[in-house]
Amino acid sequence: MTTAQLDAPRAEVAVSPPPRRAATGRSRSWPARVALGLLAATLIALPNLLGDPASVRQWAEWLCYAMVAVGLDLAWGYGGMLALGQGLFFGLGAYAMGMHLSLKQVPKGSLPSFMSLYSDYRGLPLLWRPFSSFWFTAYAAVVVPAGLAALLGLLVFKRRIRGPFFAILTQATAVIFALILVGNLKLTSGFNGLTGFTNIFGRSKYDPGTATWLFTVAAAGLLVVLAVAMKIVNSRYGKLLQATRDSEDRVRFLGYDPAVVKTIAFSIAAAMAGLAGAIAAPVFGIVSPGQFDFLPSILMVCWVAVGGRGTLWGAVAGAIAVNWARVTVSAARPDDWQYLQGLLFVLVLAFIPGGLAGLVRSLWQRATGLRRREAPAATPASATSIEAT
Amino acid sequence: MSTLLGNLYIGLTLASIFLLVGLGLTFTFGQMGVINMAHGEFIMAGAYVPFVLQTTVFASLQGVALLVALPVAFAVAGLLGLVLERLLLRRMYGRPLDTLLVTFGVSLLLQQAAKDLFSANNKDVVTPTFLRGQWNVLGVSMTHARLFVLLLVAVALAGVWVFLTRLPAGRRMRAVMQNRDLAAVSGLPTARVDATTFFLDSGLAGLAGVAVALIGPIGYGTGTGYILSAFLVVIVGGFGKLRGAVIAAVVLGLLNAYVEHFTSSTIGKVAVFGFVVLFLQFRPNGIVSLRTRGLTA
Repeated sequence: MTTAQLDAPRAEVAVSPPPRRAATGRSRSWPARVALGLLAATLIALPNLLGDPASVRQWAEWLCYAMVAVGLDLAWGYGGMLALGQGLFFGLGAYAMGMHLSLKQVPKGSLPSFMSLYSDYRGLPLLWRPFSSFWFTAYAAVVVPAGLAALLGLLVFKRRIRGPFFAILTQATAVIFALILVGNLKLTSGFNGLTGFTNIFGRSKYDPGTATWLFTVAAAGLLVVLAVAMKIVNSRYGKLLQATRDSEDRVRFLGYDPAVVKTIAFSIAAAMAGLAGAIAAPVFGIVSPGQFDFLPSILMVCWVAVGGRGTLWGAVAGAIAVNWARVTVSAARPDDWQYLQGLLFVLVLAFIPGGLAGLVRSLWQRATGLRRREAPAATPASATSIEAT
Repeated sequence: MSTLLGNLYIGLTLASIFLLVGLGLTFTFGQMGVINMAHGEFIMAGAYVPFVLQTTVFASLQGVALLVALPVAFAVAGLLGLVLERLLLRRMYGRPLDTLLVTFGVSLLLQQAAKDLFSANNKDVVTPTFLRGQWNVLGVSMTHARLFVLLLVAVALAGVWVFLTRLPAGRRMRAVMQNRDLAAVSGLPTARVDATTFFLDSGLAGLAGVAVALIGPIGYGTGTGYILSAFLVVIVGGFGKLRGAVIAAVVLGLLNAYVEHFTSSTIGKVAVFGFVVLFLQFRPNGIVSLRTRGLTA
């Protein structure tokens, strides 16, 4: 109890953005906007730089992961909720789009190919019917995860279940989701998943232009998600969310309901994961339970940790960097990636809790002189006096 | 009727393994605030011990190998836990969510190590002859292997109970669990108590591994299958509570077995999860919870 209290302010300094960000005004948002513009420019140029359609597709995949990571960072980095089941929401989005694409591969009204193989359905099952509409699919891919997260969040947070309890429960949701998918062979094609998306919105899968098109969609998605997340983080709500992370009880005493604050963030994170899943389905070319089980879900959290929780750029960088490393290392030495990955997570979490972003920030502060470091050095005294009152 | 009783038997053996796994988890969390995701890999390590003994030292004495495996598995898993605690976790107390992710990284490392050592294929532990039979009671065939598992868990449980309530070391452990600061100012070496707890809890995972090896084939992913259910047992039981863990394990194990019997294995898991969420609505801190006046109970 007391050790946690003693550790808390120290952890705050390491994890949360520096105070100048908290004291943000309109004038402070320009660096973020410039950075967003730079990212947009990079993303526009990237497909031409890469050239090869396979690597363009690879990058599109990573951008989808980055979208999930941004949402997760909102929930975990800013809200303190360790959500270990983002695979559920990512998967819901991916399956929604996978169902839509499967229906587009066959003539209108007929069954997707796996269904005529495994089941004796005469007509399309009720669950599948609305997914022949693109707009319904897009709507469902975002709203269903958000709604489910809101329900789960309210059930859990209202009873003040938090921290590790919440983490384990969310992890269980991802496991159960995968089990349900595997268990309902007739509806979901079970373990094999949905695949064979040769026709992606009128484009052939084999056409090299399709990869670039998918990349553009993913890049646009990421930029939108990032912009929304920045807006949220810098809003009054964003501050409330961070306050809830740092001291939930104090927020409660101020008259807010932390359960609602947390549920909103968890829900938004789920919506972002759903959107990412919907875009990722055609990029992957296959949607199967193994992609959304508990292992991928917890890996997503680790990307955010490596990149640096509590900074949106860190989340994006972490997702892309870890996946880039995975592909590069596995190509060269397939067996060693698992060791490297495990070691990376252990070292980062045990010794650099701020992740890459924290490392860059502390190096930057060291480089720009000690003037900035005086401020945090002064805070402990004031922080303890607040604690005492 | 006999199928109902048969499921009771299967449910109880399942529950007993969840319990053995959950016991370790619940004490490490209750005392140190550490969520040990690598616990599953300690189970795996324990499960490989009888396999290794049967294929090397005791190649012709499978029964002896199994009995020798019990203390060896306890020691192997316990030492792994001790190393983990000494090297990593003691630097991270007070950051429970981070310990979860760090130990996840460790579990990735251990799984890959197991893959390299024993190949990715599943291995079978030979059931010794004295465990091959079965008894038929009221139409239920009780295989001796599962009976042995039940016995093993009962003995382990009794051991933990005696340790906690009768031995000085157990009393120290409870003291640290209930109030770390007070224990420290009273002169207890809390760091050493932590290390002991971690060794014993990981050792229990090793024992669970031997039990798992008796019931089915083992592989590098053996632990992950049990860890999540064990965590649910821990949540329902209340962290750090022996009695709560026992009740929770039996309830969840039986619920799983019966729902699975009447519907499917998927719905069995869903039912267990739904039950846990519903249960937490009424008792957010588990069946047995420590009463405090603090805000963060």
